[in-house]
Amino acid sequence: MAEAVTFKNMALAKAINESLRRALDSDPKVLIMGEDVGKLGGVFRVTDGLQKDFGESRVIDTPLAESGIVGTAIGLALRGYRPVVEIQFDGFVFPAYDQIVTQLAKMHARSLGKVKLPVVVRIPYGGGIGAVEHHSESPEALFAHVAGLKVVSPSNASDGYWMMQQAIQSDDPVIFFEPKRRYWDKAEVNTEAIPGPLHKAQVVREGTDLTLVAYGPMVKLCQEVADAAAEEGKSLEVLDLRSVSPLDFDSIQTSVEKTRRLVVVHEAPVFLGSGAEIAARITERCFYHLEAPVLRVGGYHAPYPPARLEEEYLPGLDRVLDAVDRALAY
Amino acid sequence: MTVESTAARKPRRSAGTKSTAGKRTTAKNAPGTDPELVQLLTPEGERLKNPENAAYDKYVADITPDELRGLYRDMVLTRRFDAEATSLQRQGELGLWASLLGQEAAQIGSGRATREDDYVFPTYREHGVAWCRGVDPANLLGMFRGVNNGGWDPNGNNFHLYTIVIGSQTLHATGYAMGIAKDGADSAVIAYFGDGASSQGDVAESFTFSAVYNAPVVFFCQNNQWAISEPTEKQTRVPLYQRAQGYGFPGVRVDGNDVLACLAVTKWALERARNGEGPTLVEAYTYRMGAHTTSDDPTKYRADEERESWEAKDPILRLRRYLEASNHADEGFFAELEAESEALGKRVREAVRAMPDPDHFAIFENVYADGHALVDEERAQFAAYQASFTDEGGH
Ligand SMILES: Cc1ncc(C[n+]2csc(CCOP(=O)(O)OP(=O)(O)O)c2C)c(N)n1
Repeated sequence: MAEAVTFKNMALAKAINESLRRALDSDPKVLIMGEDVGKLGGVFRVTDGLQKDFGESRVIDTPLAESGIVGTAIGLALRGYRPVVEIQFDGFVFPAYDQIVTQLAKMHARSLGKVKLPVVVRIPYGGGIGAVEHHSESPEALFAHVAGLKVVSPSNASDGYWMMQQAIQSDDPVIFFEPKRRYWDKAEVNTEAIPGPLHKAQVVREGTDLTLVAYGPMVKLCQEVADAAAEEGKSLEVLDLRSVSPLDFDSIQTSVEKTRRLVVVHEAPVFLGSGAEIAARITERCFYHLEAPVLRVGGYHAPYPPARLEEEYLPGLDRVLDAVDRALAY
Repeated sequence: MTVESTAARKPRRSAGTKSTAGKRTTAKNAPGTDPELVQLLTPEGERLKNPENAAYDKYVADITPDELRGLYRDMVLTRRFDAEATSLQRQGELGLWASLLGQEAAQIGSGRATREDDYVFPTYREHGVAWCRGVDPANLLGMFRGVNNGGWDPNGNNFHLYTIVIGSQTLHATGYAMGIAKDGADSAVIAYFGDGASSQGDVAESFTFSAVYNAPVVFFCQNNQWAISEPTEKQTRVPLYQRAQGYGFPGVRVDGNDVLACLAVTKWALERARNGEGPTLVEAYTYRMGAHTTSDDPTKYRADEERESWEAKDPILRLRRYLEASNHADEGFFAELEAESEALGKRVREAVRAMPDPDHFAIFENVYADGHALVDEERAQFAAYQASFTDEGGH
């Protein structure tokens, strides 16, 4: 008899919640910290019910001070805890940026490997929810650029569940970007499965004509693009990177050697974004396989605009299809 | 003043100091240990005169009935505007609204204390202060509607843009005040922030800078008891106004639901600034009667009774009682104001509905003052892309 597996149909926010619950339950050193994470359960309810069940010493409402949140999490980690901190929105991580970049990222190296910092920084990120300023940004490249940090972003509930488990178990600091506009999207989560490695990309749709690479909020869009392209007889492969640092170049290379064309899609500004790194490396690795230059679709070199302009700013179906057409036209 | 000495003090008759434990996990102050609170008008509308408030009383001692009615009018119209914005959000005209309900006295009192050449640095809830500064209320709605990220010229009324990142503006205010001092001018700056924001490093740094450089700035903290779901106890273990002492400048707690006291205390603090006596921290002890914003659900974290206890201290009702008891206002005044409120609501509603969506190219506007080649390139690509649709649309 096969072992009973537990499949649940869950929204991404709920999957992360269940994952945090499991971590709190199985390791007394795991702590949740952040603004409004207690009674309110976070502004997106990702920590809903956790303080009720694990108490105020495990699920900690912090003062409104992001530098304080990350800085004290570092101290707690030095003392053997595994803090999972929540930054309320993408644009509010910057008061903590100093602590993350100058301390969290470098302390392991500075201590010649003696100190481990198993801190997870959760950041709901990205646009598409009609919010006001600082609530819709995609700053992942700013973190991926810093050595010593790992940067990941799940695109679906199953990854939300499992990647959070893996991030908490990691002895390195992990910046965990949660695509807020996908929080309410449901998917099957097998809570007993043995997950693949945290930093391995996943082919979420097979195809032969072109590879679309994305992560976080843009994976679903790319799947829709592939559906639309299929109607026009084009076969697109969609790769969910899952991790921005490290980046799984091997998986991208394998796919590009098959399809010979690559379009990278992210919400963050294109200029010096993660797509730039992917384009450069893949050009280096796959120069003789490529039939077209690697194209990128993303945000502009402009501040994230007010809500009524975000549809123009964010990559949508048409913009990605346009890039697909351009790549195929070479 | 130490916490101990405060604890030894006799409780005095005041609004807003009773700790309503509600759903809170930690009690703020044991009964009878409330710190002093400057109050000039009781919740019942009685004018208080006592030795403790005498130092501030002189700033409103010669206030005219006309000015008193003006303060009342400001509060009523601000509340009406706020209510209109809340309902416009419910009707889908605004994406979000941060209501000031309950904080009218703190904002009108402090706002009316400022002089035209003073400079104001607000957070995102200072609709009443904006009103005092002569900013068209409709202008405040653009960012909440999602058509811009600001929407007014800060130098038009010396009222800076709203700041969403908690606490940032306190440093800008301090720097601006340092500039005033360098210029030898006698204007002053006032910076608004919340009790939650008081935990931010930026706020601590602004206290440090303003003290060290003796900057003419008034820090006006509206302690409305909550930072979204977190009560003030999650930010501090001592009354906030006492923080100032550690930086070397005075801090005072004022009844934030008493418009006269807020006016008097802020005038005092601004005068200190103008006289070269440096910064002051004013803690206006008040209450956020509504949700944090229209996205928030306060029933998850606070008890209804708490709000009810604060309704009894309503800033508008309080002044109305005083105006009536002192015969400074008659029925005609209140009726006229009611009509004016309705007209304001209507005007704001119409202004919002008429607010056009921004031009798509606004994305690329004002990214740099000097221009930038990459922005030009992307704008051109964007234009070509937009045009490709128009062509396909085919007429
Ligand atoms: C740096 C930063 N962190 C978090 C937030 C999200 N946030 C917006 S308002 C708020 C609560 C602020 O409380 P308080 O300072 O007391 O002011 P109030 O809203 O009560 O007037 C929080 C946490 C933010 N805007 N900026």
